[in-house]
Amino acid sequence: MTAVIEVEHLRKTYGTTVAVADASFQVREGEIFGLLGPNGAGKTTTIECLQNLRQPDAGHLRVLGLDPQTEAVTLRRRIGCQLQESALPDRIRVWEALDLFASIVPDSPDWQILMEQWGLTDKRRASFSSLSGGQRQRLFVALALVNNPEVVFLDEMTTGLDPAGRRVAWELVRAIRERGTTVLLVTHFMDEAEQLCDRVAVVDNGKIIALDSPRGLIATHTSDIRVIFSTDVADLSWLEDIPQVHRVDRHGPRIEVEGSGPVLALVAATLVEHGITPTDLRTEQPTLEDVFLRLTGHGVHD
Amino acid sequence: MRILAKLTWVEIKLFIREPITVVFTLVLPLIFLFVMAGVFGNTPEIDPETGMEIFRGVGATDYYIPAYIGLVIASIGVVALPVHLTAYRERGVLRRFRASSMSVWTVFGSQVVVSFAIAMLGTILLVATAIPAYGAALPRSPGLVLAAFVLSVLSFSALGVLLGAILPTTRAAQGLGLILFFVMMLLSGAGPPREVMTEAMHWISDATPLRYVILMLQDPWLGFGWNTPASLTVVGIMLVAALLSARFFRWE
Repeated sequence: MTAVIEVEHLRKTYGTTVAVADASFQVREGEIFGLLGPNGAGKTTTIECLQNLRQPDAGHLRVLGLDPQTEAVTLRRRIGCQLQESALPDRIRVWEALDLFASIVPDSPDWQILMEQWGLTDKRRASFSSLSGGQRQRLFVALALVNNPEVVFLDEMTTGLDPAGRRVAWELVRAIRERGTTVLLVTHFMDEAEQLCDRVAVVDNGKIIALDSPRGLIATHTSDIRVIFSTDVADLSWLEDIPQVHRVDRHGPRIEVEGSGPVLALVAATLVEHGITPTDLRTEQPTLEDVFLRLTGHGVHD
Repeated sequence: MRILAKLTWVEIKLFIREPITVVFTLVLPLIFLFVMAGVFGNTPEIDPETGMEIFRGVGATDYYIPAYIGLVIASIGVVALPVHLTAYRERGVLRRFRASSMSVWTVFGSQVVVSFAIAMLGTILLVATAIPAYGAALPRSPGLVLAAFVLSVLSFSALGVLLGAILPTTRAAQGLGLILFFVMMLLSGAGPPREVMTEAMHWISDATPLRYVILMLQDPWLGFGWNTPASLTVVGIMLVAALLSARFFRWE
C-alpha cells in the first residue's frame, strides 16, 4: 500500500494557542481514514494545512507526492474538499454552482450524475440561500467530487444532516471509496468513525493519541464486555461471586454487569440456576466512545 | 478561459438577481437625469450676473449624459464591486473558490468583465432615455468616447478590486463606498456645474478619480477632442490600484 498523504511532525499555532502540537500519520491509497476528536482538537487545522489553506509552522507534508505549499495549484486539481467554513453566493442556483465548479478542471465528469446521487435534482433551480443545512452540506460534498479527485477531504460532512441523511451520506462515502478515491474524513461523531473508517486517528488537544482500525482501538483500549438484562429480583450479590464479573450496576429494573472473557455464558448460567430467565439478556460491545473516554478522560462533547 | 466565461456569466446573473444593486447602479443615474434635464433643459445658458457660460457652453442634458455614464462606472467601482468582494471574503466564498483551484486572476477578471457589461447596460439606458425624451445629442467623436469608456471602466474596476482587497468587512465597504459615491456625485461633475462651485469644492473635486473620468468622457462626447491630462490621470489611477490590489489581496 502506498501512502497518498504523509504528515510528519506537523505543528501549527495561532498566537499562543497551539492548534496542532505534533501530528504524524500516513493515509494509504484507497482507504477511508478518520481524524476523530472533539471540536478544537486540531483536526480541521491539520487538513487545512494539507490543502495549503493554512501555512504550517513546522513539519513535512505530502499529498499524492506533492508539497502542498509549493505545488498547491497542481495539487488542488487532483483533490476535492468539502470545507467547514465556506459558503456560496446567496443567489447562485444549485445547478449553476455544480456547472461552475465542474468547469474549473478540464474533462471533469458529468455533474448531473453527482446532482442525482446526492439527491439535489429536485433542488436544481433552488438558490443556495433557500437550501436547508443538510441540502447545503450535500451540495458541498458534491462540489468536492466534481473534479473526480484522487483524494477527497470531508470535514464534518454529516453535520446538519438528519439521521436518514447521515445513513445515505455514509453509503455515498463508501461508494466514493469503491471508485478508488482515498477519503480523509474529519468527524467528531464516534459512530460515524466506527461505521465508515478503515483506520482512525484519535485527536485530542492537538495531538494524535491513538491510531488503529476502529476494531483494533476497541480491542486494545477496552477490555470489558457489558451484559445487560432486566429483573425485579432485589438481591443479585451472587453475581459478583463469578470471577469474570468485575462490576454489577443497577438502574431500576435494568442490570448492567461488566466483565471479561466468557462472562455472558457464565452470567446466563448463574441466572438460570437462580430461576431468573430474563427475555432481554444481551451484551453490549464497547464502542469508540468508550475508547475515547478511556484515552482522554473526557467525552467528545465536554 | 472556460472558467472565466462561466464565472462571468454566473456573476452577471447574480448581479441582476440583486435588486438593490440594480436600482442603485442603473436606476439612480436615470433619476438624476430626469431631475437635472427637467430643471435645466438642454439650451446653452449664460450666467446673467457674470456673463459666464455654464455647463461648458452646451445644453445641460448634453453636459450631464457623459457625466452620468461616469457615475454608473464609479458606482460599480466604489460600491458594487467592493461590497461584493468583501462579502465573498467574509462568507467564505473566496475560500471555497481557492480550495477548488480557482485563480485570483479568474476572480478579478470576471469582476472586470461584469463591470463592463453593467456599465454598458447603464450607458445604453441613459442614452436611450435622454435622446428621445430630452433631445440630447449623440457623441461627436464616438471612437474616442469608446476609448475613454474602456479606460474608465478598467480604472474604476481596479479601484473597486483594491477597495475590496483592503477593506476588512462588508459593512466597511458599504459605508466608505457610499461616502465616496455621494461626494463624487456632488462634486466631480455629475452634480452642480463646476462654474458655480466654490474654490474649496474645486479642490475636493480635483482630488476625486471621477472628475478625470468625467472629463475624459465628456470632452470627446461634446466635440472638445481627447483630454490627454485627464486620460493620463485615469491610467495612473488604474495602474496604482492594480498593483496595490495584487499586493494586498487576501483570500480570507
